[in-house]
Amino acid sequence: MTQQNGDPPTDEMREETAAPRRRLVFILVPAAFAVLAAVLAWQLLTGTPDKIPSALIDKSIPQFDLQPIPGWDKGLASADIERGGVSLVNVFASWCGPCRVEHPLLMDIAAQDLLPIWGLNYKDQPKDAASWLQQLGDPFTQIGSDLSGRVGINWGVYGVPETFVIDGQGRIVYKHIGVLTRRDWDEKLLPLIENLGG
Amino acid sequence: MRLTALAVAVLILALVLHAPGAVHAFSADEALDDPAQETRALKLHDELRCPVCQGQAISDSNAELARDLRRIVRERIAAGDSDDAVFDYLTDRYSDFILLRPRVKPANYVLWFGPVLVFVAGAGGLWFFIVRRRKRGAESAPAPLSEDERNQVESMSRDDVG
Repeated sequence: MTQQNGDPPTDEMREETAAPRRRLVFILVPAAFAVLAAVLAWQLLTGTPDKIPSALIDKSIPQFDLQPIPGWDKGLASADIERGGVSLVNVFASWCGPCRVEHPLLMDIAAQDLLPIWGLNYKDQPKDAASWLQQLGDPFTQIGSDLSGRVGINWGVYGVPETFVIDGQGRIVYKHIGVLTRRDWDEKLLPLIENLGG
Repeated sequence: MRLTALAVAVLILALVLHAPGAVHAFSADEALDDPAQETRALKLHDELRCPVCQGQAISDSNAELARDLRRIVRERIAAGDSDDAVFDYLTDRYSDFILLRPRVKPANYVLWFGPVLVFVAGAGGLWFFIVRRRKRGAESAPAPLSEDERNQVESMSRDDVG
């Protein structure tokens, strides 16, 4: 078949020009799909949906003033924390099993006298909290009794235990959700605290 | 066989009794006096996610925190907050996570408009494909015969007949 000027392009000619573009589409579309699927799978498999990101990171601590647990002479107010330099705020309750698990670590940190540990006793019966602390020891510098849980909500607490790291300016720099393990302390919190100059 | 039918019936009955609508009955909340405000509060309760049992709205959850949050929503409304102000109050504490319906803001544009974009791109691609195919179909039809060619064909067919 001979070609002459002005002839409409033959099928073969058209196939030749269309082929590379079509091949590109056949590569790009599945590639885009694969990337999307990989991202979603990654999120699905490695995400921690039970850990809600805190809205309070880098914000000043919420203002509050709480009564002490009966038998303790001081309660806890936001002013105490703001004056206390780099510190930890630990949300705990006697009814909370995991709190018992992390308690020895808090005792240990308190014994090192590194920084104040403020206790937020969340929705607890004050007398239960008192006997819990008498039995297991009290690692806290001061404890506020959050009977209604309202202060906890202002801190974005949704489960105990939770532990916040506060910098020297009274800002929340880190929130740990769930049991604080020795490893969490060594690898995350302690380096952070040393960084803050605590 | 009859036993299976019975089991199925029991299962269906159990599911019906546990239907989501029935859950509301458990929450012994104190309603607001103003019915219009209470209606708003109940609507917002459906829009807020319980941070503890995350698949559920706070209206559906029996978690203690969900109950506290329901009460807070009522308080804010009674204090004169708009719906958006209530949402702000809670996202300030629990981040956007607490909203079951993500807000339309730049960080969520992909979420909101992504599907529309994918649909438009797909529909556009399909349209392009069909148009091109149709055009090619028209082009590959043989060119009309010239005068000479037509005569030739006619003479040939006459030959055949003859």
